[in-house]
Amino acid sequence: MTNTQLRFTKKHEWVLPLDEERARIGITDHAQQELGDIVFVENAELNQQVTAHDSLGVIESVKAASEFYAPLSGEVVAINEQLEDEPERINDDPYQEGWLVEIAYTNPQELEALLTEADYQAFLSEEE
Amino acid sequence: MGSTFRYLPDTAQDQQAMLDALNIDSIDNLFDDLPTSIRLNGELPIEKAIAEPLLMKKMQQLASKNTNANQHSYFLGAGTYDHFIPSVVNHVISRSEFYTAYTPYQPEISQGELQAIFEFQTMVCELTGMDVANSSMYDGFTSVAEAAALAVSSTKRSKVLISQAVHPESRAISSTNASGLSYKVEEINLLDEITNLKELQQKIDQDTAAIIIQYPNFFGSVEDLNQIKQIAESHGALLIVSANPLALALLQSPGHLGADIVVGDMQPLGIPMSFGGPHCGYFAVNKKLMRKIPGRIVGEALDANGKRGFTLALQAREQHIRREKASSNICSNQALNALASAVCMSALGKQGIRKMAQLNVEKADYMAKQLAKKGFNVINRAPFFNEFIVSLPVSARTANRKLIEAGFVGGFDLSIDYDLANHMLIAVTEQRTKAEIDQFITVLEAL
Amino acid sequence: MKPYHSLIFEISQSDRSAVDLPDSDVDTINLNDKFPNHLLRETEAELPEVSELQLIRHYTALSNKNYGVDSGFYPLGSCTMKYNPKLNEDVARLEGFNRIHPYQSTETVQGAMHLLYQLQEDLAVISGMDAVTLQPSAGAQGEWTGLMIAKKYHQQNGENRSKVLVPDSAHGTNPASAAVAGFETVTIPSNADGLVDVEALKAHVDHDTAALMLTNPSTLGLFEKDIVEIADIVHEAGGLLYYDGANANAILGKTTPGKMGFDIVHLNLHKTFTTPHGGGGPGAGPVGVVKELTPYLPVPRITKEGDQYRFHTDEPLSVGRVKGYYGNFGILVRAYTYIRTMGPDGLRQVSESAVLHANYLKKRLEPYFEAPYPQICKHEFVLSGINQKKLGVRTLDIAKRLLDFGYHPPTIYFPLNVEEALMIEPTETETKETLDAFADTMIQIAKEIEENPMMVLEAPHTTVIGRLDETKASRKPILRYTKQE
Repeated sequence: MTNTQLRFTKKHEWVLPLDEERARIGITDHAQQELGDIVFVENAELNQQVTAHDSLGVIESVKAASEFYAPLSGEVVAINEQLEDEPERINDDPYQEGWLVEIAYTNPQELEALLTEADYQAFLSEEE
Repeated sequence: MGSTFRYLPDTAQDQQAMLDALNIDSIDNLFDDLPTSIRLNGELPIEKAIAEPLLMKKMQQLASKNTNANQHSYFLGAGTYDHFIPSVVNHVISRSEFYTAYTPYQPEISQGELQAIFEFQTMVCELTGMDVANSSMYDGFTSVAEAAALAVSSTKRSKVLISQAVHPESRAISSTNASGLSYKVEEINLLDEITNLKELQQKIDQDTAAIIIQYPNFFGSVEDLNQIKQIAESHGALLIVSANPLALALLQSPGHLGADIVVGDMQPLGIPMSFGGPHCGYFAVNKKLMRKIPGRIVGEALDANGKRGFTLALQAREQHIRREKASSNICSNQALNALASAVCMSALGKQGIRKMAQLNVEKADYMAKQLAKKGFNVINRAPFFNEFIVSLPVSARTANRKLIEAGFVGGFDLSIDYDLANHMLIAVTEQRTKAEIDQFITVLEAL
Repeated sequence: MKPYHSLIFEISQSDRSAVDLPDSDVDTINLNDKFPNHLLRETEAELPEVSELQLIRHYTALSNKNYGVDSGFYPLGSCTMKYNPKLNEDVARLEGFNRIHPYQSTETVQGAMHLLYQLQEDLAVISGMDAVTLQPSAGAQGEWTGLMIAKKYHQQNGENRSKVLVPDSAHGTNPASAAVAGFETVTIPSNADGLVDVEALKAHVDHDTAALMLTNPSTLGLFEKDIVEIADIVHEAGGLLYYDGANANAILGKTTPGKMGFDIVHLNLHKTFTTPHGGGGPGAGPVGVVKELTPYLPVPRITKEGDQYRFHTDEPLSVGRVKGYYGNFGILVRAYTYIRTMGPDGLRQVSESAVLHANYLKKRLEPYFEAPYPQICKHEFVLSGINQKKLGVRTLDIAKRLLDFGYHPPTIYFPLNVEEALMIEPTETETKETLDAFADTMIQIAKEIEENPMMVLEAPHTTVIGRLDETKASRKPILRYTKQE
């Protein structure tokens, strides 16, 4: 289902390195299932400087609101504007169409410290 | 158990049957988990029960000790007004399907309440010129504080500027609110009886989240929102307007003049003075702030058969979901009073509300002109709605003593919050007749 | 009855009206002469235009689509949906209460002030506190007021304590109020019995703890029997104990928050003291405090000097004002009337019956629904729909099916620490017959889930409208009526 380059956080974000400087961020399939029908995304702001673990924004479903966090430090260089009108993209296609932001990251070591897909799956079964 | 109470239906037999089912001897066993050290020994030291007929008599006696608007003519306003309330209002809100219901969390059996609130939201949007209104707040004053908090959180700035021509209680509650959320409230002084725009221009900066203006202001005068909006906009600050909804029947809507948040109290439209509460705050915003508005909000929705219905919407903003991340903790609101004001606005209608507002303007204008003719100084420089300041030869307190003897409740004593000795804020609603106004002036002349 | 689906705007016709206003008896004014042009409306506010009968039929039709306590059983947990006495409504509408102005001179409202003063005294006795403010207009506002008092108290002692502890079963308002008062929230887990885990509490209490907020009995309907020890732990660390009075209906005349060791209390007059919920409000949330905290109460306060009552604002340590005027006076009048109706004996019986009813109903339902906490409950109890969930039916479906039988469902999915929660509070004002009939219905639904789950999954079948698409309503919200051209 997913790209081998994908990395994960324990807060259920995924990170896809696009090149040496830039990575795309979203929430995992597990996270979107937990939230249910997503109705609104309060996304990060363009050019916002972030430190890893900072809150980037809030994803709202009918009966829940959940923050999502920056997995990497750097600058927000792109946001998925489609989500403004179609937040359901996160439910329908969390790893592609439902991406949230792109970050120009400043510390590649943070990327290395993230979970692989196997680690993440193991973490999920532990949580169960 | 001892005596019977009409709200407690259990007979001795009922109780025994329930105790038997639970396999216990007495109700006391159900309180066995209360540590002995905290149990009450003996009765609560409060007055014994009073039977209904005696209690009604007692309450009537207590009520009769209060000078009220059935006997006296009120020229007192300052945020709470003696307006006409059509009989239909009390009849509708006395329907117990409305007043004995909880918050409409089960839409299938709450369509009445939900639709009525949806209609209320629409009426508030119409009057304020805003895109979205919520289902009500505690009162107009707390709405001002909530608006300030919303401005601070949405702009991520740390200070609000509030005009001294905003009601003293709005300012007081905002400063309590600010001490909790750690933002600053700076006041803008008056120039005569309106906001000093020069000072506003000097105090506004990149850290200003919002300017808060009352419209008409505390002294009845209509502030020029156009100019204030320009000042706000040039610094990226929001404009918060606290408005009297009745005045908005005639005055340009704050939304049209660029307000970002409009709040106020529906009391002038269908809600009794009731010693200051319960009244009904309203809260309206532009589209950008829709998902940040505090409190409950009703939206239209369809069922599986495509039938139109109404339900609580955008609940993810609210405290029961956001918990410690919530930007407002409001839960209960003033729904029944929102219903009352919706009924009043429906009864008045598009023409009636204008006529009522026009009567207020005309009567206040008449009174101010008569006072001026008799040599009193009316202070307002800006045009006013239904309230104005007059200076007196004596203290307002002394004047009010004379007035009450003559059957009038006089105006607000401005020595209290503004240090304006011998000044009174007079309100003239549609309820006041020319004869009452003339007599009131006669009493003032004799001071 | 003929079905009715119109909005009031949709039945509106130009030039209809439901009021007669007198003509002006003073000179008419041209608004353009008085106000600058740009401050006058160009277009009228589109309010509806209907006749008086149309208006009455409209709202009567709406009321027929609404369910209140007067319509039937309303076992909504933690909301205390008891009977709202009619006498209270009549008293609140007396002109001497209803048509008085908050700023008229205090000599002219001594009756109203007597009532407020006496209610403060009564609530102080009932809660075991030393002084009470009636200003807060709801429970949430009471919480915030109480926490602002705690904040100021600590600051006055030279401490900036930043944390408020809240159990995981607490109402959402608790952490939200803490946030608005500028505190961080720390969640304390419950133990296996559903009570505050005392060891976990000990681990979290420190010199940064401003207060512990507790609902006792808790939202699980369980009495925190370790309350004395809990109070000692918090006090020893210099923290304060806050009592969320949402569940005070269980303890009237049996104990008081004061006896339990609490320092600050709010009471919900719209729960325990029978004032109507009004479809969401208005309510009232008076706050009581112990002597040491009295100087921090909001102003104005009401004092009695000789036989005269007056408002008193000169309190340098006060947190300030939290609400306009003196609180929701009309609600306070209703609560006062109720307290006078019941007296001490009646109030004690209220709690005894409320607790008896809850335990009886729980006993009847336990064989059919999982009861995660089998011990004695107080005025409410929590069941879990986990066994039904295994059969593919969720608590939400059970709630919807109850509508078909003419009941308001219990509170669902709360508290958060019970899966598929159903929180049931029958109140003391219901008859045993009603409790039995409700139990029979719940049992029938449990059987339906086994035999014919579609019946439950597709419920409700009998209401004016089916389940609404809340997702769409929140994605593309329509929050006001717009005229179709």
